[in-house]
Amino acid sequence: MSLVEATTSPRVSSAWQVLATVLDPEVPAVSVCDLGIVRDVIDHHGDALEIVLTPTYSGCPATEVIEHDVLAAIAAAGLGPARVSLRRAPAWTTDWISAEGKRKLLAYGIVPPGPATATEVPIRFIPRAAKTVALPCPRCGSHHTERLAAFGSTACKATWRCLDCREPFEHFKPI
Amino acid sequence: MTASIQLQRAPEVQYLLRIGDTALILAQRLGEWCGHAPVLEEDIALANMALDLIGQSRALLTRAGQLGGQGFDEDQLAFLRDERDYFNATIAELPRGDFAFTVLRNLIVATWAKLLWERLLDSSDAEVSAIAGKAVKEARYHQQHAADWVVRLADGTAESRRRIDDALATIWRFAAELFDSDAVDAAAHAAGIGPRFAELREPWLAEMTAVFDEAGLAVPADSAFRSTGTRGVHSEHMGFILAEMQHLQRAFPGGVW
Repeated sequence: MSLVEATTSPRVSSAWQVLATVLDPEVPAVSVCDLGIVRDVIDHHGDALEIVLTPTYSGCPATEVIEHDVLAAIAAAGLGPARVSLRRAPAWTTDWISAEGKRKLLAYGIVPPGPATATEVPIRFIPRAAKTVALPCPRCGSHHTERLAAFGSTACKATWRCLDCREPFEHFKPI
Repeated sequence: MTASIQLQRAPEVQYLLRIGDTALILAQRLGEWCGHAPVLEEDIALANMALDLIGQSRALLTRAGQLGGQGFDEDQLAFLRDERDYFNATIAELPRGDFAFTVLRNLIVATWAKLLWERLLDSSDAEVSAIAGKAVKEARYHQQHAADWVVRLADGTAESRRRIDDALATIWRFAAELFDSDAVDAAAHAAGIGPRFAELREPWLAEMTAVFDEAGLAVPADSAFRSTGTRGVHSEHMGFILAEMQHLQRAFPGGVW
């Protein structure tokens, strides 16, 4: 139903254009649409516009800021009144980040996530002698890199560094 | 001061609170590391995991409040319950100890939580199932992080080995409670909400054994000791956590940021 409305209601298509300009507060290089957080925009004719969001992590402190920013942008564009509803299922996955979003992440210095299915293994231990798969440095492209920590400035990222250009960088973890 | 809320102990509510409270109280202990972890990266990692746990807890407390029919929201459940109405496993409330104790406890709880969330994906309660869909991914990361550290400490220096040995000797007997089954989880299971906790013990032990094998640690013998936090009877440490966590809401009822 909502897909049909998305193609038929000018208000809905305008809303999508506005939402594409709302940046993620933690990673301001990408929009909430690039990240796949906006799942739906529903025009309840004569009533509030419903923006359906799926939170990234359970405890992501940006969720409430995003809700606020989304409503403020819709209101500023004169498309209100609007309300936000949260949809938990299906759970957000980094697979929903658009190709454009991944390109923007890389340009911003964050290595984008690979396919999320690769993480769904029980527990794995890396043999001490073996070289782990190294990510390419987003600045110099070298594969001579190492992971420093499984978590970074936010729960969704890991901390890495390049052993050639010596710059630290982050990796958006597949989840 | 705001009066405590009185919880009617419906089994499905208590079942969800056992999980949600365990996440909430462990998050308080992990949060204590903020500014104190051995290295900056681990400081950040522990705080990140605490945030995940608080997020999971908020969702479960909200759902428990809805199912309880008493109209309680997540904040009332977190800040206005007295100790006897908290149902976290005692293991979550033990003082944070050293880093070895912390990562070993995280491994025990995250492995339990991961297996539990996997089962809760099939919950008859759509909201619980949806919460599990997100939480299971987070629990996998928590488990992997803790497992890496347990191996590294056990297979590290004499000092790190001594610390992980001490932690194991202290904490192992508290893990048993996570798999206690009683009328509460029997009722929740009958309603299709989630598994009996006892069903998780075998797969949990298999995954713990895999980590211990890698670490060169022996699985300790079972103990007759049983902690009872999931029944609301806590250790002497619980009151201090609640005093700190609840102080603001008790002193300034309804206060918001």
